[in-house]
Amino acid sequence: MQIEVNGETKTVEDGASVAELVDQLGLDARKVAVERNLEIVPKSLYAETALAEGDRIEIVQFVGGG
Amino acid sequence: MSQIEDTPLVVAGRELKSRLIIGTGKYESYEQNARALEASGAEMITVALRRVNLSDPSQPRLVDHIDPDKYVFLPNTAGCFTGEDAVRTLRLAREAGGWSLVKLEVLSDPKHLYPDMEETLRAAKMLTDDGFDVMVYCSDDPVYAKKLEDAGCCAIMPLGAPIGSGLGLQNKVNIRLIVEQSSVPVIVDAGVGTASDAAIAMELGCDGVLMNTAIAEAKDPVRMARAMKHAVIAGRDAYLAGRMPKKRYADPSSPLSGLI
Repeated sequence: MQIEVNGETKTVEDGASVAELVDQLGLDARKVAVERNLEIVPKSLYAETALAEGDRIEIVQFVGGG
Repeated sequence: MSQIEDTPLVVAGRELKSRLIIGTGKYESYEQNARALEASGAEMITVALRRVNLSDPSQPRLVDHIDPDKYVFLPNTAGCFTGEDAVRTLRLAREAGGWSLVKLEVLSDPKHLYPDMEETLRAAKMLTDDGFDVMVYCSDDPVYAKKLEDAGCCAIMPLGAPIGSGLGLQNKVNIRLIVEQSSVPVIVDAGVGTASDAAIAMELGCDGVLMNTAIAEAKDPVRMARAMKHAVIAGRDAYLAGRMPKKRYADPSSPLSGLI
């Protein structure tokens, strides 16, 4: 199925979880935050939160700033 | 000689040994940033929240150079132009970092990056209601500063001059008014250009200074970071010591009696 991650279209397996997406993207789950359709997904729920077709996902991290 | 005492800066119950807070933007590299941070003696740094780079997850990351367990990360809302944007960003930041102390800034026109105070106040109320400890970037308007304090902000952070301008404190009268009326820490945020600007902010009685560009865009950022450390300490001591009165005429420092 197709979802949108940080504005880019990505293909993931049907029923993939947020944890699997983070892993597939090569990211460290401890260093990012995930928003699914404008709702924050708590880190503790990554494994049990299933993605759905057309989901809009934002994955963010801390960067330098003033 | 006995140690000269000062009380530490306390923000939302958190004690900070340094009254200097520095940003982490605009450096050549995170490595240079980390060295400047070390030289500055600061314990708190501002950070921004941005999308991860999906095409290259191996890009250098801030947290690999600056340890969040060693320094207090203060997530900001730079680039947010509405209260909703700011609240959304800081909720994500709270999830990313696991702490609720944040810096709120809601900007207006990109030309001057002046804070939109109406939106800032609205966002501050939303955030304090949601359990955040809000350090708030604001204009040097004492009326809004008071409203922000009443809304529960844990630090008032008026600009000295526009962000990144390095012009120094443009309205010392207002900054002093805000210092006098506030019962939470007042930290000058933005506008400092060089060490004397930081010292002036502290001499006015501010509790701290927050800066980014003054260090990051100095020719030698690490040396400037050290200069800022000394300036903040010197300005604070001068404030606590109490300056001599200004006089209109000379007053000789050597005795007038016993002249040959």
